[in-house]
Amino acid sequence: MTTPTASAQPVVREDALRSALASGKRPKRPNALSASLTFGWRALLKIKHVPEQLFDVTAFPIMFTLMFTYLFGGAIAGSTGEYLQFLLPGILVQTVVFITMYTGMGLNTDVTKGVFDRFRSLPIWRPAALVGALLGDVARYAMASTIVIALGLILGFRPEGGVIGVLLSVALVLVFSFSLSWIWTALGLILRTPNSVMMVSFMILFPLTFASNIFVDPRTMPSWLETTIGFNPITHLVTAVRGLMSGTAAIPQIGAVFLSCAVLIAVFAPITMYLYRNKK
Amino acid sequence: MSKEDFIAGEGDGKMSIGRDLVDGADGLAIHAEGLVHRFGDNVAVGGVDLKVVPGEIYGFLGPNGAGKTTTIRMLATLLRPDSGTARVFGHDVVRESDAVRGRVSLTGQFASVDEDLTGLENLVLIARLLGHSRKQAKARANELLDAFGLSEAAGRQVKKYSGGMRRRLDIAASIVVTPDLIFLDEPTAGLDPRSRNQVWEIIRTLAAEGTTVLLTTQYLDEADQLADRIAVIDHGRVIAEGTPGELKASVGSGALHVRLRDPEQKPQAERILSQALGVPVQPGSDPASLSARVSDPERVSYALVELSRSGVATTDFALGQPSLDEVFLALTGRPAEDEDTAATEGEAA
Repeated sequence: MTTPTASAQPVVREDALRSALASGKRPKRPNALSASLTFGWRALLKIKHVPEQLFDVTAFPIMFTLMFTYLFGGAIAGSTGEYLQFLLPGILVQTVVFITMYTGMGLNTDVTKGVFDRFRSLPIWRPAALVGALLGDVARYAMASTIVIALGLILGFRPEGGVIGVLLSVALVLVFSFSLSWIWTALGLILRTPNSVMMVSFMILFPLTFASNIFVDPRTMPSWLETTIGFNPITHLVTAVRGLMSGTAAIPQIGAVFLSCAVLIAVFAPITMYLYRNKK
Repeated sequence: MSKEDFIAGEGDGKMSIGRDLVDGADGLAIHAEGLVHRFGDNVAVGGVDLKVVPGEIYGFLGPNGAGKTTTIRMLATLLRPDSGTARVFGHDVVRESDAVRGRVSLTGQFASVDEDLTGLENLVLIARLLGHSRKQAKARANELLDAFGLSEAAGRQVKKYSGGMRRRLDIAASIVVTPDLIFLDEPTAGLDPRSRNQVWEIIRTLAAEGTTVLLTTQYLDEADQLADRIAVIDHGRVIAEGTPGELKASVGSGALHVRLRDPEQKPQAERILSQALGVPVQPGSDPASLSARVSDPERVSYALVELSRSGVATTDFALGQPSLDEVFLALTGRPAEDEDTAATEGEAA
């Protein structure tokens, strides 16, 4: 038999390997939360190593906020200053909801790599890899929210609800985005390429965000459209966020958002997990 | 042993060789019966039976797309068999998949590590996922990086690693907790000879320390070097099984290639060689070359002496181990070919 002693200092140290094998005892399994947080840590590490992926969370907020404020402000509300008070909570929602789309694309790329096979062959709570990825994305959403609000404050947005109102509204947006992301994880597992995930996501997101109360008061619309918009979960979210930011939030408004979140997770998380388990 | 004896037929044609195989759930590391998996209309695995004894190195030998990866993925609980059953250490891979995952590790064909992360982060990640505390995870990661000669590269992103380093990290990630069974899918594919030897040493050490190894390979010499037993896979079926010695005995230990100085002497040389070797001799495509499959290398020297005694001068001769092609030719009567299914399997992986 051949022995690999090509160099004086062998690369693989057999004695060390033997002792490592002998000491490789299995610790107690981590619980679901701990495993998910570890995957969340992985997502943060990826942001650290590949900062380019923050482009979307910085470019989208700035682009959307400036564009819609100055394009529509004069026409819709008479002045951009007035319009900003109305628009900013909505633009916060639109920005973050749009960014959730990248979750599906990221997952689609990730799942096709060998490392997901390893994750799937580990004895851990199975949704952890996905929940963790979504938790990591929440950090990205938080970044985007900060940019929108900071930019809004610079442009003259003054929330009556104060710091607490703003923080609570951001928290609500993050919870909703986490729930909505399960649609994209399911799509990311069904569709073949990241590009097709993006296409389909856009086709869902455009009507979802524009056919809502983000840009204009639905009372100005035909009644059938106003009714339809009343069913859009984005509308409920924007209403609640406006309420929190202006300090006039009512419990039913926030309750409606949590209900949408629960429905989204109840429907799309099991679909995602089914697809994940049976991914070829 | 004749070739017919070796080729596993349906059911009882297959031989159990080497060690005494204990039947039933107990005692076996892997016990698969009639495993089938289809991708659409394409049958990737068409009824694989398998018995692997704890502590042995078991080799899957076959061309691309023969169903090796798909079989491993079923055994590692990543794919559900369409029919058939498989138990790993007595646990059913479908019904008790979680228990199976608690005993095995998988090193996939393409690096199963995160290329964006550093070597250290990859190992800490796996250690944390397996339940180590932050501190233990770091200690374990450093211990493994050191053992695999990767300490210096610990802080570098894996995408900047060489093929050999990546493969070592990959195996290190599989033994963060020492598994009872490790799946290695083409562990040396694309490696230079030196890195390949290092991986071989690692695999031998793993087995020596008690881990059962199931590895796939396209190279007979690799299976020969490492495996206690080999299953030859073709079109999703095990077509032969045995120790490397038995396998080689059944296909001949290799081929003798002879090149003559004078092509005119070819018919004469053919006659002498076939007499001396006791096997048919094939005239090569080149007018001056001849080749023959030999089962007994000792007769080769005799045959060569016979040639020169008869005044047939040779410019060149070589005796080679049988290639995968020759194994396939001997077992199936046709050369190994990368099947169309390779694309499907590659996608699936």
